[in-house]
Amino acid sequence: MNYNWNWGILVTDPYLAWIFSGLGWTLLVALSAWLIAFSLGSVIGIMRTADNPMLRTIGAIYVEIFRNIPLLVQMFLWYFIFPELLPQEAGMWVKRGIPMPEFWTAVICLGTYTASRVAEQVRAGINAISQGQRQAAKAIGLSPAQVYRYVLLPISYRTIIPPMTSEFLGIFKNSSLALTIGVLELTAQTRQIEEYTFQGFEAFTAATILYIFVTFMVMFIMMKVEKKVSIPGMTSLGAK
Amino acid sequence: MFENFDYQVVIDSIPFLWEGMKLTFLLTFLAIAGGLFLGVLLALARLSNIKVLSFAAASYVNFFRSMPLILVIFWFYFLVPYIVGRPVGGFYSVLVAFTLFEAAYYCEIMRAGIQSVKQGQLQAGQALGLSYMQNMRYVVLPQAFRNMTPILLTQAVILFQDTSLVYVVGLHDFLVNAEIVASRDNRLIEMFTTVAVVYFVLCLSFSLSIRSLQRKFSV
Amino acid sequence: MKSKKLALLAFTITSFFSTGVMADDVDSSFVLKRIQERGVINMGHRESSVPFSYIGKEGKPMGYSIDLCHKIINQIKEVTGKKDLKINYVPVTSQTRIALMSNGTIDIECGSTTNNLTRQNQVDYLPITFITGAKLVSKKGSGISKIEDLDGKIMGLPLGSNTEKIIRGIAKKKGLKIKYIMTKDHPQAWLTLESGRIDAYAADGVLLYGLISKAKKPDDFQVTDKFLSYDPYGIMVPHDDSTYRRLGNVVLADMMRSGEILKVYDKWFNPGPTGINMPISNRLKMAFELQALPH
Repeated sequence: MNYNWNWGILVTDPYLAWIFSGLGWTLLVALSAWLIAFSLGSVIGIMRTADNPMLRTIGAIYVEIFRNIPLLVQMFLWYFIFPELLPQEAGMWVKRGIPMPEFWTAVICLGTYTASRVAEQVRAGINAISQGQRQAAKAIGLSPAQVYRYVLLPISYRTIIPPMTSEFLGIFKNSSLALTIGVLELTAQTRQIEEYTFQGFEAFTAATILYIFVTFMVMFIMMKVEKKVSIPGMTSLGAK
Repeated sequence: MFENFDYQVVIDSIPFLWEGMKLTFLLTFLAIAGGLFLGVLLALARLSNIKVLSFAAASYVNFFRSMPLILVIFWFYFLVPYIVGRPVGGFYSVLVAFTLFEAAYYCEIMRAGIQSVKQGQLQAGQALGLSYMQNMRYVVLPQAFRNMTPILLTQAVILFQDTSLVYVVGLHDFLVNAEIVASRDNRLIEMFTTVAVVYFVLCLSFSLSIRSLQRKFSV
Repeated sequence: MKSKKLALLAFTITSFFSTGVMADDVDSSFVLKRIQERGVINMGHRESSVPFSYIGKEGKPMGYSIDLCHKIINQIKEVTGKKDLKINYVPVTSQTRIALMSNGTIDIECGSTTNNLTRQNQVDYLPITFITGAKLVSKKGSGISKIEDLDGKIMGLPLGSNTEKIIRGIAKKKGLKIKYIMTKDHPQAWLTLESGRIDAYAADGVLLYGLISKAKKPDDFQVTDKFLSYDPYGIMVPHDDSTYRRLGNVVLADMMRSGEILKVYDKWFNPGPTGINMPISNRLKMAFELQALPH
């Protein structure tokens, strides 16, 4: 390959600091967005399995809107279109008044987008539980809220740990789209380094390794969680 | 902002956008087919009692799940020519990357699906004298597929939207072409709004048709 | 095989008195050799770098740099004896252009790339074909005529660019307190300016004029006079292939000497198909004269 390698660039000032600052923003955006995604997604997912058709419809509309538009486009809509729909003063405040408007926009966008996917996982988890469980719970006199609290949710959240891990990992990776509205997260910093030094391969290697490191940490933790909470006999082939 | 929405730029770019849409469809279809096939095999390997097999499958899945898709595409495109000594067509490069990547996700979805089938079902199958393969084929997988249809659907929709990452290798799908027009003609609002509407309508009609199919075949 | 040899012979005779790169030199150039073997040249181009290199309405790459590259490719056809050389267009971005040139995917990059010394560590450049520099664009009536006016204000900078590096340096030296917003690409930056998120945006002057010419209300915007940086554009070629580079140098020097390059310039800039309307600057005219080396 016709390329001059220079791995030293990665530990040179200021590039090393850039990489870690980028990693910091990636973690901050992803974890903040996950708070929204998990809580909002759980609520929407439960709504979609509710007996009340009104709640089911609202949940369905939410999911359809947020998962059917590409994240990149949603980022654009939140950043450029949303403030224009507000009254002028409020719009200006969103654009310039709040500290770090890019960051908050990215968190809300990523959170609401991932919530639609979390909701689908929660719904699938609840629906995978046989009707007998729900009926038995009702028969012993539990209220609808109690049916969810004590029977459906504890089982479904356990079943969906593997796909939920995927969603959790996804939010770290998708956080790189925050760079399109100016958040200097890991991928943005790598591009910055590439443009300053023209050592793109080295910078991309560093980013790849850091992403893999972060996600392995997450997977390790989730695997421990999965083992810890699994109920013997609940699944056909045991959690592995 | 919307008072002088430039419809003409959207109308003029329809043929160009359609060119991109064809690639979006083709790539989505091929990657789903390849990814599902590979994904089911991986899921079975992962749940099998043979240690080596389940470990290998788990490592594969974890590796691909830990990489952002864009980096997978990037490394495939830039390093493969270096290894084989000549440029590789962008299309095959992304097709392989997408398929390998999607397979990891389908594997996890299938694993959750298989595990959601109650143990009693499997034991009943064994009691009837079905072999492991028969048990999987006739008892577990059909139920697992039904349980997991909504998630598989979500994943397909994600893939349909993710094809825009082919811009890395210089290919043009629908979204990439829309961005090219948006940048060239400085008409971002118009193009992004159009893209949002088109994706929404397409993905929604796709979801709805799958759902009606699902209702037909549900147990 | 025989006809190829004959063509080569005929070519060698006709170009006997030329000082350019000749058929015999193909073997000393790994790029020319691979072009000859494949019968294809891979041309890297941009997709929306107006009017240098962009996808036209018909879906084909076009622009000032593309035209210049076609001149060079014509010469490559002669030298390699491949009259039917196929051109394979490979779209590149500012992130992929270096990588694709390093791994051999593209043989020439025809875009709007600044020639700087850091980049010469990875790639080589042909003579300067355009000169620009960073300028500031703002809304008329904002009272921004120089960088000092941005003290305490918000400014947009293109993410990962030479401009960003230079502007940050200047602001630091002058002790200006500016809040920066990084933008993904020029059109998106334009939208942040239009919607009032930023007070000014800095980018290569020529790109700013291009953006204004496509704005819905071009009269609402103003560009500062002074260049804040020096950005000479050049066609990029693979590193360490002096024969191949010299072929390009000769073609461009000939065009500069004969004045043919001025016609190509006027075709794209004065006023140009996109209405950019930029008559050639004295500085660029001088650069053409200085680079028109004799045979």
